[in-house]
Amino acid sequence: MNADTLIEIDHVRFGYDSSRTILQDVSLRFARGKVTSLLGGSGCGKTTLLRLIGGVHAATAGRVVFDGEVVDTRNRDQLYRLRRRLGMLFQFGALFTDLTVFDNVAFPLREMTDLPEPLIHDIVLMKLNAVGLRGAAALKISEVSGGMARRIALARAIALDPELIMYDEPFAGLDLISMGVAAKLIRTLNDITGATSLVVSHDVPECMAISDHVILMATQGRIVAQGSPAELMASTDPEVRQFVRGEPDGPVKFHYPAPSMAEDFGLAGTP
Amino acid sequence: MNWLATLGASTLAMLRGWGHAALFFVDLLRVLPQSLRRFGLVVTQIHAIGNRSLLIILASGLAVGFVLALQMYYALVKYGAAESLGLVVNLSLVRELGPVVTALLFAGRAGTSLTAEIGLMKAGEQIAAMELMAIDPRARVLAPRFLGGIVSLPLLTGLFSAVGILGAWVVAVGLIGIDAGNFWSIQQNGVDVWRDLGNGVVKSAVFGVVCTAVALYQGYETEATPEGVAYATTRTVVISSLAVLGMDFILTALMFSTP
Amino acid sequence: MAKRSIETLVGLFVLLGLVALLFVALKAANLSSFGSQDSYTLSARFDNIGGLKARAPVRAAGVVVGRVTAISLDPKTFQGVVTLSIERPFQFPKDSSAKILTAGLLGDQYVGLEAGGEVDNLAPGAVVKQTQSAVVLENLIGQFLFNKAADAGAGVDAGKKP
Repeated sequence: MNADTLIEIDHVRFGYDSSRTILQDVSLRFARGKVTSLLGGSGCGKTTLLRLIGGVHAATAGRVVFDGEVVDTRNRDQLYRLRRRLGMLFQFGALFTDLTVFDNVAFPLREMTDLPEPLIHDIVLMKLNAVGLRGAAALKISEVSGGMARRIALARAIALDPELIMYDEPFAGLDLISMGVAAKLIRTLNDITGATSLVVSHDVPECMAISDHVILMATQGRIVAQGSPAELMASTDPEVRQFVRGEPDGPVKFHYPAPSMAEDFGLAGTP
Repeated sequence: MNWLATLGASTLAMLRGWGHAALFFVDLLRVLPQSLRRFGLVVTQIHAIGNRSLLIILASGLAVGFVLALQMYYALVKYGAAESLGLVVNLSLVRELGPVVTALLFAGRAGTSLTAEIGLMKAGEQIAAMELMAIDPRARVLAPRFLGGIVSLPLLTGLFSAVGILGAWVVAVGLIGIDAGNFWSIQQNGVDVWRDLGNGVVKSAVFGVVCTAVALYQGYETEATPEGVAYATTRTVVISSLAVLGMDFILTALMFSTP
Repeated sequence: MAKRSIETLVGLFVLLGLVALLFVALKAANLSSFGSQDSYTLSARFDNIGGLKARAPVRAAGVVVGRVTAISLDPKTFQGVVTLSIERPFQFPKDSSAKILTAGLLGDQYVGLEAGGEVDNLAPGAVVKQTQSAVVLENLIGQFLFNKAADAGAGVDAGKKP
C-alpha cells in the first residue's frame, strides 16, 4: 500500500443480516489529502462504507485498511486510536440536543483531552468561527436551523483536527446558499488542514465542483465509474450519463419491478 | 408440523432476547465505575429522574395514606382494634405499598421518559455520533441514568411512606379521633426498623435496578421510528410493572416468611 | 448558573428523602428504643415458651428493660432456653423470676421479670432460676374441663351419699 493512500477497501463484503448484502466485493482506494466524493443512488451502500471505515461494523469478508492498519472492530484500543483521528458529519447533524451549541463543539475536547477550560473556550470559538457561527455559541440546539445545525456539526467534527473527515450527505435538504457555504467549507477545510475528505452524496453539481476524485456506485456497492470530475462528466457510459444528468429513466429503471399492467388492471382474459 | 417449527423459532428468539438483555445489563455494570468519576452527570440525572417525580410521588403517597387509613378503620373498628390503625397503615406502607406503588409510578413517569429520551437520541444518531467520537455511549449516557434511578427510587419510596403515614395521621387523629399518643406509640412498638423499614428500602433498591435497567434497555434497542419509540415506552411500563410485582412476591417471601 | 441550581435541587431531594426515612424510623418504628447502651446477657429455661419470638421485649413492672435475643431447645433437658439481653443499668437480684406473659388478651408475648429479695444481683451470663412457662390455651381449656368434670363427679358422689 503506497503512502498516498489513506484508506484501502480490499474486496469487502458486508450485509446487516444474511438475507441482504449491502456491499458485494468492493475494492477502493482513497487518496491522502484529497477530497473524494462517493456518488450513487439511495441504498447502494455509501453510508455503510463510511461506517465500515469508522469501525462501527465489521466486514463479513475482505479488509478495511486505515493508514496501513487493518481495522479490527474487536480491538477496542485500536478503534479508540482510529476514531481520534477521524471526524464524521452525520446527515442531520446528530447534535446533542441537551447541550448548547458551544457545549456540542466542546464535547470532543472535554471528553478526549485534558485541556483546561480557557483553552477549550478559545478552540471552540475558533472552530465556530471557521464555519461562520461564532455568534451562535450560546444558542440551544432547538433554536438553530437545519443549515446551521449542519455547520455546527461540522465544527464539532473538526474540533480535534482530524486527519480524515467523513461527510454523510452534507448537502441533503439545504437551500442553495447553504449548499454553497457547505461546499466551500468542505473544500477550504481540506486544503487548509491537509486532511482527507470523504463526501457521500447524491448532489452531483456540488460534488463535482469541489472534488479531486469522484466514485460512482450502484446497488450492492458496484463501482460504475471513477475518475476526476471532468472525466465523469464527459463519460459516454449510459449509467454514468443517466446519473450525472439526472435522467429519470435509463439503466436505472423508473418503474419498480411489478407484474404486467394486464395482470394488475385485470385486462387479461376479457372476452 | 409447521406450528412446532414456529414454536421452536419463537422460543429461540425469546431466549436470544433474554440473553441480549442480560449481556446489556452486565455491560452496564461494567461501565458503572467510569460514570462514578463523572459525578456531575449522575447528579443531573438524579434531578431529571428523582426531583421531577416528587410531585406525583408525594401526591400519591398522601392520597394512599388517606384512603388506607379510612379503609383500615372500617375493617378494624368491627373488632374493637381501631387503636391499631396507625400500626396497620404503617406496616402496609413500609413493607409493601411504599416500595411497590412507588416503583410502578416510577416506571410510568421516569421509566417511559428514559426510554423515549434514549430512543430518540438513537434515532437522531446521537449515539452513533458518540461512538464515532470514540466515546462509549454506555458510560456517558446510560450509566449515569442507571445510577440516577438506583439512587432516586429508595428516596422516593421513603418519601411516599412517610407522607402516607402523615396522611393516615391526619385522618386517624384529625378526622376519626384516635388518640394521637397511641397512634405513634403503637407504631413504635410494632414496627421494627431493620426488619420492616430496612427490608422495604432493600426492596425499593432492587426495584430501582430493575425499572431503570428495563427502561434503558428498551430505549437503547428500539427502532428509530415514531412507532418504534411508542412501542418501546409501552414495553417499558409493562415489563417493569410485571417485574416489580414478580420480584415483590419473591422478596416478600424471602424477607417476611418467618414472623 | 443552571448547573449549580440543579445540584442544589438534587441535594435538597436527597436530604428530603433521608429525612423521610429517618422520620419513619424514629417516629414510626422502634429505632429510638435501640439504646447504644451496654447490655448484658441472662438466660432462662422454660418448659413451654408458648408464642415467644426473638426480639420480644423483656419487661419489669411493665417497663421495657431488654430484648429476647435467642431461643433454642436444650437437647438434654428438652427445655426451651431463652437468651435475654438486658440493659446494664437494670440489675436484678439472684432470686428474680421470669414469666412469659401476654400483652393484652390476644397480643404478642413477652418476658416479664419480677425482682426477688436477695442482696446479690444476677451476674452477666447467669441463669434465672425461677421461671413460669407460657400459658398454653389448650392446657387451660383441658384443665378447666377436668376441673368441671371433677366438680360434677364430686357432686354426683355427694348426691349419692345416703
